[in-house]
Amino acid sequence: MLPTRLGYPMNNSYDVIVVGAGPAGSTAARYAAAGGASVLMLEKDRDVGYPVRCGEAVSHEGVIQFIEPDPKWIASTVRRFRIIAPDGSSVIPRLDGIGYVLERRIFDYEVAKLAAREGAEVVTKAYVYDLIKNNGAAEGVKVIIKDQKVEIRAKVVIGADGVESRVGKWAGIDTTCHIGDMESCAQVTLTGINVEDDILDFYLGDEVAPGGYLWIFPKGKDSANIGLGVSVEKAKQKAAIKFLEEFIEKRFPTAATLTRIAGGVPCAKTCDEIVKNNVMLVGDAAHQVNPMTGGGIITGMIGGMIAGQVAAEAVQKNDLRYLFQYEKRWHKRLGWRHEVFYNIKEATEKLDDQTLNMLCKEAIKLPEEKRTIGGIFRTALWNQPSMLLDVARVFIS
Amino acid sequence: MIHIVPGKCDFCGCCVGVCPEDAIELMESEIRIIDERCTNCRKCVWACPWEVIEFHREGIANLPKEVAIP
Repeated sequence: MLPTRLGYPMNNSYDVIVVGAGPAGSTAARYAAAGGASVLMLEKDRDVGYPVRCGEAVSHEGVIQFIEPDPKWIASTVRRFRIIAPDGSSVIPRLDGIGYVLERRIFDYEVAKLAAREGAEVVTKAYVYDLIKNNGAAEGVKVIIKDQKVEIRAKVVIGADGVESRVGKWAGIDTTCHIGDMESCAQVTLTGINVEDDILDFYLGDEVAPGGYLWIFPKGKDSANIGLGVSVEKAKQKAAIKFLEEFIEKRFPTAATLTRIAGGVPCAKTCDEIVKNNVMLVGDAAHQVNPMTGGGIITGMIGGMIAGQVAAEAVQKNDLRYLFQYEKRWHKRLGWRHEVFYNIKEATEKLDDQTLNMLCKEAIKLPEEKRTIGGIFRTALWNQPSMLLDVARVFIS
Repeated sequence: MIHIVPGKCDFCGCCVGVCPEDAIELMESEIRIIDERCTNCRKCVWACPWEVIEFHREGIANLPKEVAIP
């Protein structure tokens, strides 16, 4: 029996099927299983955690909500970050707490293990190509596992299928990202370079990355993730990889490239609907990325946790209308903040290079002091040079 | 018409994320345009980080489908 089942689901029916085994999907699976639901998680690629499409930076306080930091998936511990203005001047704002640059290919494994430990099944090389539907409501998924077409039933389907999400669309949710909100990204991991291994660098400006930023995130003292995101709308005629190649050519012309990867980050408000027809969306699929920073690991895990908990509760109660609790809890926890961040992004994207240079110069003069992000922004946007510091601080929050 | 240059795609899904018509099928290392749904809006062309997706006004019948390995 076992050999024929190896790599395939054990059953043909589950309480919850999770589509996608990134951090959001694994966390959804973990909490759904912990809540007593039978859970199957399907990953379209043959590996969990690979390929990595991510800058890999997270805050300590974000990550410890879910998993104890472990040196085996921490490439660097960072204590500072630096904003580099278009003219090359830079400011190092004060940073409370520390952050990590992850080894996502190991991190994602560990997060998936936490789901498995709660009893969730994990199947890779399983491509979900449609939902089983009855009067519009999802009753499971149609999936190609290895080369076999299989139908698996579920009470709840959680779409954690990333920026390329289609699960939501099949359930009638509009998950299309507006081109003004999509960041088209390219990243290389370079080695044989000199980097400060405790600092995150963010380069701003229309020449470097219009409508986005370029990052250098250290992975040890001699390697780093160097990547950028550009607004699709602002860079229609020039691809992200071209911007990146120009920067690398100038700064690290002789470095060896360990990885070269493309990606898309939906820097939008959360989708208007994240629950519909027995489908829940989490992570990038739900547009749960912090729209200001493009950071989506922890935010996606928070979405996944809430969705998993609510799914399990709904199954326990035998009442799928209860799934809408997820929308409420998400918006109370982070959704509302992302709307604030989105407005900040909209405002800061309008700043031209000269203004950014000026703001940076003013920010350097400021004394270090504590300041909360939320309120200051909308009021102080134009009048207060301190804005840049706050912009910066949001990157890490 | 929209053409995905063979052999260049990184399968990142950025194009799928902006496609308003659900007209792109992306698997682990396969991608294709679902022609019946595509409206040639070109959002995928602009979104592609890798310059893999092209728009050809005159059609794509004569473009290479596979990478030629010499």
